[in-house]
Amino acid sequence: MTVLTAPAAPAAPAAAGTRRRLHPILLSGIILMSLLILVAIIAPIFLSDAAEKLTSDTRLGPSAQHPLGTDEFGRDLLARALVATRLTLILTAFASAMSVLIGVAIGTAVWIAPVRVRKFVLSINAVAVAFPSLVLALVIAAILGAGAWTAAVAIGLAGIPAFVRLTANMAAPVMGRDYVTTARLLRVPKALVVVRHVIPNIGEPLLVLSASNFAVTLVELSGLSFIGLGTQSPDFDFGKLLNDGLASIYAQPTQILGPSIMLVLTGLAAMLIGDGLAASSNPRTRRGAGKATRTGTLRRSTLKTATPIAPAMEGAAVSVRNLTIQSASGLKLVTDLSFDVAGGEIVGLVGESGSGKSLTAMALAGLVPEGVIATADRLDVVGHDMLGTVTAGSLARDIALVYQDPISTFNPALRLDTQLTEIARSHLGLSKKAARTALAERFEQLRITNPERRGRQHPHELSGGMLQRAMIASSLLAKAKLLVADEPTTALDVTVQAEVLKQFVQASRDLNASVLFISHDLGVVEALCDRVLVMYRGQIVEELTREQLRSRTVEHPYTKTLLKAAEYVEGVR
Amino acid sequence: MSATVPTTTHAASIAASTILEVENLEVVFGSGPHRTRALKGISLSLAEGSSLGIVGESGSGKSTLAKVLVGINPITSGRVVVGGQELVVGRQQLALDRSLIQMIPQDPYSSLSPRRTAGQAIAEAIEPRRAHVAGHRAQILEWLDRVELPAASIDKFPYEFSGGQRQRIAIARALCVRPRVVIADEITSALDVSVQAEVLELLAQLRVELNLSMLFISHNLAVVRHVSDRVAVLNHGEIVEDGDVEQVFTNPAAEYTRSLLDSVPGAPGFDIGT
Repeated sequence: MTVLTAPAAPAAPAAAGTRRRLHPILLSGIILMSLLILVAIIAPIFLSDAAEKLTSDTRLGPSAQHPLGTDEFGRDLLARALVATRLTLILTAFASAMSVLIGVAIGTAVWIAPVRVRKFVLSINAVAVAFPSLVLALVIAAILGAGAWTAAVAIGLAGIPAFVRLTANMAAPVMGRDYVTTARLLRVPKALVVVRHVIPNIGEPLLVLSASNFAVTLVELSGLSFIGLGTQSPDFDFGKLLNDGLASIYAQPTQILGPSIMLVLTGLAAMLIGDGLAASSNPRTRRGAGKATRTGTLRRSTLKTATPIAPAMEGAAVSVRNLTIQSASGLKLVTDLSFDVAGGEIVGLVGESGSGKSLTAMALAGLVPEGVIATADRLDVVGHDMLGTVTAGSLARDIALVYQDPISTFNPALRLDTQLTEIARSHLGLSKKAARTALAERFEQLRITNPERRGRQHPHELSGGMLQRAMIASSLLAKAKLLVADEPTTALDVTVQAEVLKQFVQASRDLNASVLFISHDLGVVEALCDRVLVMYRGQIVEELTREQLRSRTVEHPYTKTLLKAAEYVEGVR
Repeated sequence: MSATVPTTTHAASIAASTILEVENLEVVFGSGPHRTRALKGISLSLAEGSSLGIVGESGSGKSTLAKVLVGINPITSGRVVVGGQELVVGRQQLALDRSLIQMIPQDPYSSLSPRRTAGQAIAEAIEPRRAHVAGHRAQILEWLDRVELPAASIDKFPYEFSGGQRQRIAIARALCVRPRVVIADEITSALDVSVQAEVLELLAQLRVELNLSMLFISHNLAVVRHVSDRVAVLNHGEIVEDGDVEQVFTNPAAEYTRSLLDSVPGAPGFDIGT
């Protein structure tokens, strides 16, 4: 074991100071929309004459003077399509703003109101949502009478229920956050809590949805005008122009060309802005853009080192040489890690959050997360060369994983036995019934109460400690050769923790399996492990036997700090 | 980690009056077959300037107790008096004056709004309605200094802080109200052990500095020791043991307390068969 002492650069998060550049999709959407707004401002000033004045040049085909020709009253069709942009945009913006503003206002107000009022309003709203909004708009337009503004109001009103539901649903998890509870304890008035804490935290998705809503509103409004319930002569929007062109669609197809193209462009601009906003609010697509390196891979180091690779320890179950893990941006998360784990040995990997201990464990199991690249000179795990090709079946059999959060480890929709016997059934060839019986036996072995009944239960019916034990039972069933446990007891109560740790020791003995146990708690590791590797900033700074740890013969200052902390937090003597 | 931690009872608290009194507190959730008694008639009291540790595991009712005391959950029956004001039975209320009781929440990742700076979070506690940082800058900086965070933290957002630093901000936010009673609900359980020790040391230090009256809730008996004078052990909604912290540690009376102590890794009775 080489103990590296050179301090690594502090693992600072990617520079937050750099200005975020506009996402290309968002940028193109904004440019397109700006052009359309420009047309909406300028066209009516210069082209109203050509668009509205009746001339004798009726039904002309496309020419240099009239690129799209003229209609039956001799008006220039291109000019009409461009001039219509203003009214269309104004009406759409009005209707869309109405849906969003009133919808968001009601959707957040229900969280200020008493519970009963909220439930009542939301159930009424659920009925309104179920009703197709265009039909609702038709009814409203029919009642209010035909006209541009009544159509806009109708579409605006019809769009409200969807936004009420969206806002209320998005606000719900935020209302349960501790910072909202704390604000209430500090006696911040409820309305202020909503304005200060809820709306900013749902603002981003709301903005994205508002942009998409603009496109939907545009189509609905044009639809109303098209069927004659919207804009009336002499006013005209895109829908009205399409309506005008319908009569002569075969005689003069160019008449619908102008409004159609404008409609598509406007809808496209709104959609691009919506998608662009969504893409820039998702950190993954924002940062990953333009990176050609394939991440989430594990491969042999290409760099030839002058020193030969140290041979593996006699009878080692795991042998790691120079494991380096770096992020796609080149930041080293784990540097030149080398260690061995003997068969049947319990080895602890200790370090704080961000020390790279979980990444190391995942790389060992061949699970390199997306966004990082792992390289090594050797990575032999229970007889498999992880740098070469390994079949999924043998990996599933030989390596068992126990994660930190027992609740999210399991699929809540499936029964426990379905999930825990999967390896036994698909890779060991056991029948469903035999696997189930075998699992019940393992449950009994781990002193899980009601072993026969447990398998038929769903994950939510078991406590966290029971679920972790069930995971260990599954590894017993598959006769795993290596158990990788990533902070398996951090989420558990102390008495339950002691019980689960006991099961690890027993499972390791029964299977003669090695255990790689990851923890931030030196106290737990000291009690459990034969050997301990202390990780700090991606490197192993010290290796200790249980005896060394018990007698406190540690060298590295970081290990000393960890020991002191463990004694402080767990010292009961 | 060299600061000495006072584990002896405050001289001041011996003669001090009772600031928090709980008598026969019952809390029941649901009705019919789903009826669960979260707290089964517990009684405890907190002397002004002292700290009481509440220890229990999941389902013991310790978090329910915290929620009842701050007024988030209603009382089913019994009596709760905080600083001379009594909580009304059966009503969910935030009726008490905010400076009577405040709580430091458990999860450092949920207790700060991602959209507000540390300064804004503390400003909200100082002045709930307007929450202006500019008007209270000096006071906010003083509190940041008290919880040992650099002055530059005032303009930083939660994602720029580690879990331990977030918890320090949450402590500053709860304490700047100058509450007569502060409840710390499992404030170290989500942190790394080394960070836990730092936060505990800070709290032990602030306790002396500000003469806090505190209810410190934890599932770990060993943690409680550093910040409490007395400790009450809660199991399934009942107090199974209650006494001076050192005495409970060295000579636990209840079987359950002993099993809790033996479950702490490294304890003499800790045995997992290695």
